[in-house]
Amino acid sequence: MDLSSINPILLLASIMAASTPILLAAIGELIVERSGVLNLGVEGMMITGAICGFAIAVSTGSPAIGFVGGALGGAGLSLLFAALTQVALANQVASGLALTLFGLGLSSLLGQGYVGIKPPPTPRLDIPVLGDIPVLGPILFSHDLMVYVALVLVAGVWAILKYSRAGLILRAVGENHDAAHALGYKVVRVRIMAIAFGGACAGLGGAYLSLVRVPQWTEGMTAGIGWIALALVVFASWKAGRVLLGAWLFGGVSVLQLNLQAAGVAIPVEYLSMSPYLITILVLVIMSADKSRAPASLGRIFHASQ
Amino acid sequence: MKLHLEKRPQPSRRWVYLSPLLAVVITMLVGGALFAALGKNPVEAIATIFWEPLFGEFAFYYRPQLLVKGAPLILIAIGLSLGFRAGVWNIGAEGQYIIGALSGAAVALAFYPLDTWVVFPLMVLAGALGGWAWGMIPALLKLRFGTNEILVSLMLVYVAEQLLAAMALGPMKNPDGMGFPGSRNLQEYPAAHNADLITGSGLHWGVVAALIAVIAAYILLGRHVLGYQIRLSGEAPRAARFAGVRPGLLTVFCLGTSGALAGLAGMFEVSGPAGQVSIDFNVGYGFTAIIVAFLGRLHPVGIALAGLLMALTYIGGEIAQGNLGLPAAAIQMFQGMLLFFLLAVDVLTNYRLRLSRRPEAV
Repeated sequence: MDLSSINPILLLASIMAASTPILLAAIGELIVERSGVLNLGVEGMMITGAICGFAIAVSTGSPAIGFVGGALGGAGLSLLFAALTQVALANQVASGLALTLFGLGLSSLLGQGYVGIKPPPTPRLDIPVLGDIPVLGPILFSHDLMVYVALVLVAGVWAILKYSRAGLILRAVGENHDAAHALGYKVVRVRIMAIAFGGACAGLGGAYLSLVRVPQWTEGMTAGIGWIALALVVFASWKAGRVLLGAWLFGGVSVLQLNLQAAGVAIPVEYLSMSPYLITILVLVIMSADKSRAPASLGRIFHASQ
Repeated sequence: MKLHLEKRPQPSRRWVYLSPLLAVVITMLVGGALFAALGKNPVEAIATIFWEPLFGEFAFYYRPQLLVKGAPLILIAIGLSLGFRAGVWNIGAEGQYIIGALSGAAVALAFYPLDTWVVFPLMVLAGALGGWAWGMIPALLKLRFGTNEILVSLMLVYVAEQLLAAMALGPMKNPDGMGFPGSRNLQEYPAAHNADLITGSGLHWGVVAALIAVIAAYILLGRHVLGYQIRLSGEAPRAARFAGVRPGLLTVFCLGTSGALAGLAGMFEVSGPAGQVSIDFNVGYGFTAIIVAFLGRLHPVGIALAGLLMALTYIGGEIAQGNLGLPAAAIQMFQGMLLFFLLAVDVLTNYRLRLSRRPEAV
């Protein structure tokens, strides 16, 4: 075992990249849940985004178009969920599970013929002056564009929820859909838009996995990251800033265990690979004592007749 | 003219039975379109999946497979349906299935090569206990800390998968296996082998267990106060509280029972059709069982039928893969679609479609 082979600066830098997919998926799901909808299909939307983004990036040769494709793929799948839960008024838990099962099947169907291909590389932005700062440069300022897009998205979501009228309406719909309806807000429309946004974010996160993080396509490559993103929203008490903290924590755990594997720690690889899931359970246990923060209408079906 | 939904005062009894059938028909149509898009003859593909295993040329081989594949699905789905009825969402049956298989196999491997009759009953017990214990983790965490059982039970699937890999490569590896991963083949160890009770019928102990589970669940839900409490807390949680139902107890019962049944399914699989603990032992029965539970309307008899139907799609899918070159993923998607359409069609059970002239109320 050689722990000195782990470079702390590279470790911190890779945490930034490792946390990006989960951050994207979680910030999208945060908006969905704040609108009062529980979408358990994050895993399915992520993996659909992963293959859509991958296929489009490979066929166009442009990772940027790939990312757009991934977002569209995720959003498209989420609209199925919206149709089920908002139009057909189906149970949200069951529909979310259906979305994940369907998405896993769809992605492996679409992914045939893309196994073993390398995607076009996503360029790193080497920000001139800032990137040359000794320690902070490599950690903060030498990533690809999507890392910053994710961070901007978190800041944007935080600001919109806190300061804008749109955020206020979204929260009203999530806290009490009957009251929001009585005030004349279109509950179903707001929720469908939130679901589509969540799907696009999850798709973007999935595309980041297949285009940058791994980077290749393998079946079932999300390996539970979508579910961890769901746990992250609970961890964050439905607050944007804490989603960022949580994503770094999980990114840190997964990078650290990969580094330990590479350093040849005397623990079998399988036990190290369990750690992100065990940490998720642990964090859920610690954070679940306070349920008061959850949107009051979360998971409840809205029908204007009532 | 505007189409809108009007809530029924009572769920329609007719649509409770009709909607699964309608969902199957729609899935066949859309699935056919999907197969056509993949360049296959849709009629031939659907016929291969649903007709060939039952009445085709090699039906004598495929019909027993129906029991082999259906039994674990039914066994798991029966357990899940209890929880789903009570609003306890165990979606980690895949993990409980793996742990049940590992526990059962551990007993068998510990006794190897001792040939006595006690080995198999002990394996059954170990399988059920293993699955039960894995299911109790989310139950107890929910009870003590209020954690969400959906997320915890699902996280434990990934943990169980890693444990399975660790076992197949480490402690349970066949010492005579010349370094290949995977345990001894239990089919070659008579005391532990879950063989067909009638040779070639596909009727192994897992099928018997599934049958018992269906009957037991039917009696429990229809005749026993616990079954009444399960139904009550799902349909009217507040009323259940006033009626003195203890939600914590139900959580423990539902997650424990479904865990034990999933564990049993895994144990019967590892000692019978699969034969050994290997890295790719689990094939997603725990997740497909969720579809089975809903398709069967969370009713024991319905689940038995739905389990057989789903087993049919597995077998037919394999035939279509061999004969028509239909990708395996297309079948997986086909199964996912079924749940989708079922949930969509289900709106008709609780709501009525109405055409109205007046503009929609804002």
